[in-house]
Amino acid sequence: MIEIENITKRYGAATVVNDVSLVVQPRTITVIVGTSGSGKTTLMRMINRLVEPTAGVIRLDGEDNRTLPGYELRRRIGYAIQGHGLFPHRTVAQNIAVVPELLGWDKARTDARVSELLSLFQLDPETFGPRYPHELSGGQQQRIGVARALAAEPNVLLMDEPFGALDPVIRSKAQEDLLAIQKRFGTTIILVTHDMEEAIHLGHKIAVMDGGNLLQYATPAEILANPATDFVATLVGTGDRPFRFLSLSPAGDAVEPGTAEGEAIPASATQRDALAELLWSGRPALPVVNEAGKAIGRVTVDGLVKRASRPAA
Amino acid sequence: MRLDKLGVVIALIAGYAVAAAPFATFRANRIVAGEPQTLLAALPSWAGPTLLAVIAAAVLVGLFRTPSTLRLAASFAALAALLLLIGTAADHLTPPGNTYARVSPASGFWLLLFAFALLAADALTRLRPTPPLRILVLVLAGAFLGFVLFTGSWDRLSILKEYSARADSFWAEASKHVTLALGSLAAAVIVGIPLGVLCHRVQKLRAAVLNVLNIVQTIPSIALFGILIAPLGWIAAHVPGAADIGIKGIGMAPAFVALFLYSLLPVVANTVVGLAGVPVQANDAARGVGMTERQRLFRVEFPLAFPVILTGVRIVLVQNIGLATIAALIGGGGFGVFVFQGIGQTAMDLVLLGAVPTVLLAFAAAIILDAAVELSSPFHARTSA
Ligand SMILES: Nc1ncnc2c1ncn2[C@@H]1O[C@H](COP(=O)(O)OP(=O)(O)OP(=O)(O)O)[C@@H](O)[C@H]1O
Ligand SMILES: [Mg+2]
Repeated sequence: MIEIENITKRYGAATVVNDVSLVVQPRTITVIVGTSGSGKTTLMRMINRLVEPTAGVIRLDGEDNRTLPGYELRRRIGYAIQGHGLFPHRTVAQNIAVVPELLGWDKARTDARVSELLSLFQLDPETFGPRYPHELSGGQQQRIGVARALAAEPNVLLMDEPFGALDPVIRSKAQEDLLAIQKRFGTTIILVTHDMEEAIHLGHKIAVMDGGNLLQYATPAEILANPATDFVATLVGTGDRPFRFLSLSPAGDAVEPGTAEGEAIPASATQRDALAELLWSGRPALPVVNEAGKAIGRVTVDGLVKRASRPAA
Repeated sequence: MRLDKLGVVIALIAGYAVAAAPFATFRANRIVAGEPQTLLAALPSWAGPTLLAVIAAAVLVGLFRTPSTLRLAASFAALAALLLLIGTAADHLTPPGNTYARVSPASGFWLLLFAFALLAADALTRLRPTPPLRILVLVLAGAFLGFVLFTGSWDRLSILKEYSARADSFWAEASKHVTLALGSLAAAVIVGIPLGVLCHRVQKLRAAVLNVLNIVQTIPSIALFGILIAPLGWIAAHVPGAADIGIKGIGMAPAFVALFLYSLLPVVANTVVGLAGVPVQANDAARGVGMTERQRLFRVEFPLAFPVILTGVRIVLVQNIGLATIAALIGGGGFGVFVFQGIGQTAMDLVLLGAVPTVLLAFAAAIILDAAVELSSPFHARTSA
């Protein structure tokens, strides 16, 4: 669990992060969204103390993050830096092995871990291990950046726009990989992006920032249903393109097992209508009936939102 | 076939050298004025035409657009023939049993040597040899030189007569020269790199330190020796033990200190430039993965700045090998001893005995360190592979 309490960061007169408090539950993905310069990176870097806060406390599993020396703290927290940040003079394998080496792992264990991670990211260890970063494509470099952050099996992973430089196809592939890895290792992930679509797709919770302030911290469904401010609404608006996909598919395709209270919606209605009905009525789920009027299950806000952000899934 | 521009220049130089300049100078003894000898007159009847033929062939190869390997082979053949036959000229011109007569290479020989060295350098540059190959060429050239010296082919050349008259002092001065050049370099590296790191970290210090070192660099060496006499003399007189380890107002100590001071600027400046060139992201990542400041310095900053720092070391080494000649002016020893003695006695061959080894040393140092600089940055060089 990561508890951020009344964190403020000032550079001279400028307040870059203003009195932010939020709690990140273990084994979840929290996405920080906001426009450029809103303080996302700064907030994230205060967690591993690359930036020292002006005021406030950050606790990891109940322990103040200032208890350990900064460098020891950072060895325990994975950090995938904005733009891959690989060491140009080290091979791919050496880059991934950096933190295990700092922690004093023996060579066999480190090598095994490097191969495991390269395979996990679908890069052949024999081929890619000995290469230098400049011999990789941009997408491969970013995957290595994430692999390096994961190398020492950290409980917490900080990712600063990890998929920023990727084309849409590779990007959604990388997002799926990340979700799979998160499930597999149960890592607590904090991810920065300025892409609302990405935030909705990946986040268990979303923190919206603007001008150093935390405007809203809630689940994707809540943010879609009740944006806290006009700014959040605008930001969500930029993510509405995928919701058009909902109007192309019938609610019947999104049916989940289970029952729900209240007036039912026909299976032939669009998913968009179903979501609108849900959000408008403020209910978490709706029963769905077929042409014969027989209940075939229900649709939920969460389910529809996930479909919205990933229509193919 | 089309003409090669450099080949035309080389042909003109070689043509002038053969037709109008003397190949060797003969003198009845060390001091008298010499009699210039043409190439054909200086060499025995079999050797003169042979050398002319080799020169003509090499000039022709150079004149037209020919493959670089052929140009390299031709220039090496011409250089080898020149170097071997200048010894033959000495044997030929020196009357049997005469130990006073002196034969030295004359302007024609030097011009030819220069022309074909130019052709060789040009061909080598076009071939882009890898660093290990360049070192190999250097070693082979050194071996050739050693072979010629060892077989005694040059023994009758004036420069080697000067050498044999003072063989012991030659090696003593050589070792002083190398000690001065390398010792002051080592001291400059030991002091300069940490100073450079400090300047990199402390912005305010940077301008001040670099300005002072810049000023030091502009002081003429003679003036710097003069400035150093008083403080070093004072140290010798007042600090116990200082005089025992050789610290004096004149001699090796001020020469060492002066070379050290001249060396500091390139080392410090290149360290600062090298560290500043380390990508911000690499530094950020180093902190992000949990390196301590020291680990970041040694594992990320130094390796990435190393090629630039090494370039500074190369500048200093070549500069110091040349500058160490001046040490002789204040009794510091080195090859300069022969240069200044030779000037005093108007004995050009003695000047050469000091100058030629200095030039060869500087040349070898430049080639070796250039190769090292290139080898030290594999992560840049691989792009073309
Ligand atoms: N070291 C610093 N000194 C002064 N100002 C800084 C410093 N670091 C960041 N800032 C300022 O703080 C603000 C927030 O920066 P931050 O990097 O956190 O933004 P961000 O939300 O990550 O933006 P982006 O999406 O462009 O990465 C910016 O206005 C920036 O100029
Ligand atoms: Mg940022």
